[in-house]
Amino acid sequence: MATETAVDVVMPQMGVSVSEGTITRWLKQEGEQIEADEPLLEISTDKVDTEVPSPASGTLTQILVQEGETVDVGMKLGQIGGSATAEAPAQESAPEPEAAQEPATAEAAAEADAASPAETPAPTAPEPSAAPPTGNGKAFVSPVVARIASEHGVDPSQIPGTGSGGRVTKKDILAFVESGGAQQEQPQEQPAAAPEPAQAEAPAAPAPAPPKEQAPPPKPPTPAPVAAGETLPGETVEPITAMRRGIAEHMRRSLDTAAHVTSAIEVDFSRIVAVRDKLKKEYQAAYGVNPTYLAFVAKASVETLRDYPYVNAEMRGDSIVTRNFVNLGIAVELAEGKGLIVPVIRNAEGLNLLGLARGIAEIANKARNKQLVPDDVQGGTFTITNPGGYGTFHGTPVISQPQSAILGTYALVKRPWVVEDDLGQDVIAIRPLMNITLTYDHRLVDGALAGRFLRDLRERLEGWEGDGEG
Amino acid sequence: MAELTYLQAISDGLRTEMRRDKRVFLIGEDVGVYGGAFKVSLGFQEEFGPWRVIDAPLAEAAIVGGCTGAAIMGMRPVAEMQFADFISCGWDQLVTVAAKQRWRAGTPVPMVVRLPSGGGFSGGPFHSQNPESSFAHIPGLKCVCPATPEDAKGLLISAIEDPSPVLYFEHKHLYRRIKGEVPEERYTTPLGKARVHRDGDDVSVITWGAMVYTADEAAQKLESDGISIEIVDLRTVMPWDKAAVLESVRKTSKVLVLHEDTRTGGFGGEIAATIAEEAFEDLDAPVKRLAAPDTPVPFSPVLEKAYIPQVDDVAGALRELAEY
Repeated sequence: MATETAVDVVMPQMGVSVSEGTITRWLKQEGEQIEADEPLLEISTDKVDTEVPSPASGTLTQILVQEGETVDVGMKLGQIGGSATAEAPAQESAPEPEAAQEPATAEAAAEADAASPAETPAPTAPEPSAAPPTGNGKAFVSPVVARIASEHGVDPSQIPGTGSGGRVTKKDILAFVESGGAQQEQPQEQPAAAPEPAQAEAPAAPAPAPPKEQAPPPKPPTPAPVAAGETLPGETVEPITAMRRGIAEHMRRSLDTAAHVTSAIEVDFSRIVAVRDKLKKEYQAAYGVNPTYLAFVAKASVETLRDYPYVNAEMRGDSIVTRNFVNLGIAVELAEGKGLIVPVIRNAEGLNLLGLARGIAEIANKARNKQLVPDDVQGGTFTITNPGGYGTFHGTPVISQPQSAILGTYALVKRPWVVEDDLGQDVIAIRPLMNITLTYDHRLVDGALAGRFLRDLRERLEGWEGDGEG
Repeated sequence: MAELTYLQAISDGLRTEMRRDKRVFLIGEDVGVYGGAFKVSLGFQEEFGPWRVIDAPLAEAAIVGGCTGAAIMGMRPVAEMQFADFISCGWDQLVTVAAKQRWRAGTPVPMVVRLPSGGGFSGGPFHSQNPESSFAHIPGLKCVCPATPEDAKGLLISAIEDPSPVLYFEHKHLYRRIKGEVPEERYTTPLGKARVHRDGDDVSVITWGAMVYTADEAAQKLESDGISIEIVDLRTVMPWDKAAVLESVRKTSKVLVLHEDTRTGGFGGEIAATIAEEAFEDLDAPVKRLAAPDTPVPFSPVLEKAYIPQVDDVAGALRELAEY
């Protein structure tokens, strides 16, 4: 007999700025057994796609949120163990006003809604806000009250407190948000429940709201209708994934933010090809790592960035922020065209060729196996993208915000190339050539600077010294 | 299901495992002919024979050391300390050998040490302690503190199954006072999973062992005043169910950490620190601790009452938090 208590499966917090996630797939069905830490479901957020391990061993007794649905962080998605009870998925933070004193009418709610959703909370209950503020207006604000206040954009000093010394308690602010500030945040995609009784702000002065007859409940927000008729023959409609939405938003925002300019340079890879041939066997035998051309470019770029701090910089408000480190983003394509993600190799300036080759292999692997955690994709300072895998020789990538540049590497092709022979004569030789682009934010990086960066990068690659151990 | 006392549930769990698995044996002072100081193993020697229910000399180091060796060799020993307090004589074997062995050499040490612990009977300084935090601090040891008869059986079976040395703290004050439904068949209660003993919204109490009941009585007192208390029974102190604690904290935003052990260095400090670290932005009041003062347990009934947290102490602390 199972004596385990029921364990809730909740939408995990996948990073500080992530507030919601979409369930892409349940890996277990109701009634199936699962071990703790075994993958239970897959979720997609605007940062990463990932598997969620089971929080406990037992039977998956309930699935409360179906595939394709997007819910807030912390919402209960299902249950392991216990008995399946028909429990409606409740918002964790939804407060329960235990003493309903004045049922707010739907009309009042509608009025408040119509009022401009400005910073100041819409006045809801008539008068009672005149309750005397106790204390000197400098009452202590607890961490949870501060957090709720910032989440809802309300000023705790405007809320009558019932805690010790007139302090605003969590209950006070939740009741306040529920009755007033909550109007700013309409629940999405959920049919509005019957208007909840709002708690009067102050128990004193119970200005009785005229109990009007029950107004018609607000209409559930109709989902943007995709009428079947609007799909033309031959068209297929699929929902946008969270990752795709994230990419779309980021690409648009980057182009709206930075002044994108792309410069290109041709690099003779003869020496790199030779060095790589020599190292390849050794690296694979000794470390199981392939020294890719990308790793060479990464190493040379990181070294070159030392001399060009603005290319590894960020415009932050009114300031320009440069660094003595490089967190190197590597754009990785996910299988089946499912999107692109840019995991980051931290402190790349401290890695030699082997370290970079290994780092690139590791993050690419993690990205494709959905093992990235939010920290893996944050904090990049410069990015390399490698769209040359399919033979393209030029491109204009989009900068990953808030960085100031992105380097593109393209196909390595053999070309007839004019070189100088020992006698100083020009001869045509067959050389492996690669186009490399630097797309930079012209607000911060001038064209000449970008040109010098590319020149130095080319010199490093063409005159590659040693075996990369430096 | 049968209604058993906490003590009967422990016997039931031990008997179940001894019948199922011949590697399980019991050793301790007076556990055989006499049936144990508290009669947990009454009738065991008749059923299992003197080689599986072994009366040991008054030598805890030998008992714990012998069990460690037997466990390394593949047996599943269960040692009984007559009182938890006496485990200090076996410290070296337990902490230096048993706890480290698996990490040092890779061999499991599937042993259980049963520790009748806790006060409330004027047992004085040598027969009343709750030394779980001393052992929770030792990597490699697990500490189990059941509060209900059902958990007493399920956790004991899990402890016997577990490949690590497990200290099983059975609270003497619960032995015959607490009764509950216990399934007759064999079952396990996982180590490291807390239990919500009482559901509430205003203040969380994080506790274990006998204090679960003290907290529950205090919660009942406050109920009439409209203060709703949630009680999380940790069930095991090491590993402890951080997720369950943080979940409760995020719900109520006010926490009392309660234990019968002394305050300084008690396990409550670890819990309070974790809450402050990981749920800071969910707190609406300081994390509060209620524990015994930093002295040995007094003999005097009056002093002992003042020493062990009582229902009124808990109710007072909870009211303070609710009103904060």
